[in-house]
Order: sequence, then C-alpha cells, then structure tokens
Amino acid sequence: MIDIDIKKELQSPDGTMILALNEVIKQGEFIALYGPSGAGKTSTLELLAGIMKPDEGHIKVNGESWFYNSKSLPIQDRKIAYMFQDYALFPNMTVEENIQFAAKKNSPKTRIADLIKQMQLDELADKFPRSLSGGQKQRVALARAMAQEPNILLLDEPLSALDTNTRLSLQNYIKELHQSLGLTTIMISHDISEIIKLADRVIKLDNGKITGIGTPVETFMQRELSGKFKFTGEVINIQQQGFIYIVTVLIQNNPIKVIAQKTEVEDLEIGEKVVVASKAFNPIVYKLTK
Amino acid sequence: MDWQPLILTFQLAFITTLLLFIIAIPISHWLSFTKSKVKPIIETIISMPIVLPPTVLGFYFLLAFSPGNTFGSWLDNTFGLQLVFSFSGLVLASMIYSLPFMVHPILSGLSNLPDSLSNASYLMGHGKWRTLTKVLLPNIRPSLVSGIILSFAHTIGEFGVILMIGGNIPGKTKVASIAIYDEVESMNYAAANRYSLILFLMAFFILLSVYLINRNSKNQSLI
Repeated sequence: MIDIDIKKELQSPDGTMILALNEVIKQGEFIALYGPSGAGKTSTLELLAGIMKPDEGHIKVNGESWFYNSKSLPIQDRKIAYMFQDYALFPNMTVEENIQFAAKKNSPKTRIADLIKQMQLDELADKFPRSLSGGQKQRVALARAMAQEPNILLLDEPLSALDTNTRLSLQNYIKELHQSLGLTTIMISHDISEIIKLADRVIKLDNGKITGIGTPVETFMQRELSGKFKFTGEVINIQQQGFIYIVTVLIQNNPIKVIAQKTEVEDLEIGEKVVVASKAFNPIVYKLTK
Repeated sequence: MDWQPLILTFQLAFITTLLLFIIAIPISHWLSFTKSKVKPIIETIISMPIVLPPTVLGFYFLLAFSPGNTFGSWLDNTFGLQLVFSFSGLVLASMIYSLPFMVHPILSGLSNLPDSLSNASYLMGHGKWRTLTKVLLPNIRPSLVSGIILSFAHTIGEFGVILMIGGNIPGKTKVASIAIYDEVESMNYAAANRYSLILFLMAFFILLSVYLINRNSKNQSLI
C-alpha cells in the first residue's frame, strides 16, 4: 500500500506550481496518471522514486516510512523499477549486460537467461542499445525492470513512441507482468484505450492537483453504457459536404467516417478525443474470417 | 642538443595530467549534479586560469609558497615541502593552471548525459561510486580523452607560471618553453629553433587528435 500526502513547489513555464497529492494506492493496483502536459505527472513518479524530494508531507509504503520530516529513504532502498520515457538503457552495455546490471547480486544466473527468453531478446542479447529499434529498446527496458524484482513499477509514457502493433503486444506484456508478479504499477499515459485496457483506476491531474479519481470507464465515459456502442477515438478530419459534415475519427488504427450536423461540429477540433456512439437497436455481428 | 628540457617538460605534463585526471573527476561529478549556491563561485575559481595572465598566478604562488611566508613555512615545517624553485612546486602550479582544461570537457560530458541514466542506476540499488565508474564515465570516453589531451598540451605550453615560481634550474625546473627563452636571450637561435619546432609540431598533432576524436564521437564510434 502506498500512502502519499505531500506538497512540492515546482517551476513550470507558466511560473511556480504547487503539486499537492493525497491518495492511497492499494497493493497490486494498476494506476494510470492522466492529464495535460505540465500537470505534474512525471514529478509525481519522481517524488515516489526518490529522485525528487517533497517539501512537506509523508510517503509511507507498506508501513515503511519513505519520506517524513525531510527524512528520506535512499533511492537505492526503494525497490522501484522505473521505466523512463527515454528508456535510460546504458549505451556502454549490451542488452544482456544492461539486464545483468539491474539484477540483484544474489539472483541466480538462470533468471537473466529466463528473462531474455521471455521477452524474446535472444537474438539481441549481444547488441548495444543504439542499434535497437524503439520497440526492441522498450522490451529491453521492461526486461531490465523485471530483473530488479521490484515491488513497484513506474512507467512514464512507456509506449508513446511505438507503432500500434508493437504497442498492443507490449501492453499485453505489461499486463501479464503486473498480474503475475503482483506489482503495484503506476503508468503515465495519454492513450485512453491503453488506460481502459490496463488500469484499475485513473488519477486525473491538472495543474498539480488531483481533479478526479475513478475507474477508466467512469472517468472517460461519463454516461452509462446502456448497451450502446461506444468507442473512443481522435478526430483527424472535418469536412463540409453541402449541409452536413463528415467527421473522420481514428479508432485504434481504423479511420471511421461519421456524419454530423453543424451544431455537433461547432466545438470540435482536429486532434480532440471523442466518443463515437451509436443508438443501433439491432447490431449485426460478423465473424472475422482470416 | 640538450634533451633534458624536453624530457622534463614531458615528465611535468605527464604527472600533472595524471593527478588532474584523478581530482577532476570528483570535482566535475559534484558540479554536474549539485544545486548548491556556491557552484558558480567554484566554477569561476576553476576557470580563472583561462583569463588571468600566467604571471598573476605565478606571482601569488611565489608569495604563498615562499618559505618566508606563514603558509610556505608551514608546508616546509610540516611536510618538508619547498614548493618554490622545485619540481613539486611546478606540478602543483601546473595542476591549478591546467585545471579548467581537464574539468570543462569532463563536466560538459557528464552534464550532457540524461539524468535518467544515473537515476536508473540508483534505482537498481547501485551507489554513487558504482554509478560513476560503471555507467557515467564509460559513456563520456571522448570527453575524458579530450580532457587528458588538452591538459597535457596546455601544461607543455606553460611558460609564465613556471618562470615566476620555477626559475631556470637545469634538470629541475628548466622545461622546454623556458629553454627556448633562455637560448634566445643568449642569441642561440639555432637551439631555440630546434625546441620551438618540436613543440610546434607536437601542439599541432595533439590538437589534431582532439578534433579527430570529437568528430568521431559525433558518429558515436568511441562510445
């Protein structure tokens, strides 16, 4: 259990901002941190990891004090694996050495070999990070995080730079690891479908304050589901054709065209997240043939 | 030709560079992560030798190390160190004189590494020392090489400081740059030319190697 109640003054481009967090995260929970950039999401992870120190308050993890009265548990003792946005793979070490460097001294050698196999890194073991693709780097970073045998996994937009297929398979990896190792995971993500797929709860942050906490469905779909079709997507085009408008929405990686009226389009902008819902009474289900 | 001044020059440059390398790493490491208020002051002091005339440094060394002075006599009484007109005095003065040439490349190398590298290592349970030696330093090899070469070259080119506190004692403080001055004073232009030509060519090839290393490091071949 993570019990966090802290304040920290941060310098942002718009001046100073007070990051105030007060929340309890249960053991084994998967939390998504969601909010605009500059809301304090990365700072939240850094405060938990001990990279940054709070100005006041306390952090307690499983009964152990991590921060209280400006006394801070050393970063080395926190058993946190942190997957940085830039992956932070050590350029001077091969894939295998990277994983080895993260492993505990007394951990059996077979564990590293197992991890390499599990993350399908066999052929990359002797390669240096600079020769890897984004998806491969991400897999190495994940394997390295697991080698640490952490209690808590922090992910800073881990999948943002990847193409959709790689993204989907790595989402599955993360979910599997989270469940099989009983981790408490906190992930920063801007991708609503990713959050719905992975997270138990969403913490919404804005301007340093928690503005909402709830399940992904509660957070992103305010109204009841009530049997309607609902998909979240991103507006990629709005086109006027006579009296009506055609809005193209990207759902997963399929562009879908929706007919809309002028009133619906008025406050829509390209790049905005929207829900596409249908009141279809009798939907047809096709089996997909391969 | 008397090779002694050249040999002495290289001994001085070698020892100075070695000692500087050892002390510049902790200094640069501290400067790269500290948020202390004294950081600008420390950086200024380290950089002073770049802008100060060497004679100013030499003058103050001479005053400080002189056995007639409190500090100088304390050094003499406690450690038996006489730093004026001695080789060890030259080493100490050269170290201070060349300090920015070692610290600046290492500091800029360390500052250019993303913070996430050291943080990742700390989170894996590794301490500051292990992180520095296993993660940070191996990834700034071109900067380390630049620092070593520049300090070495800068020490070879030293003149003013040595003239002030070292004098011109053959085999002890008469380095090549002093020897050139000495030969010119006694109208011995041929000998001065030999020393000068050797130093000229050395400076050229040393600096050339720095630029070649910097060009290669952009292609990451040294990392």
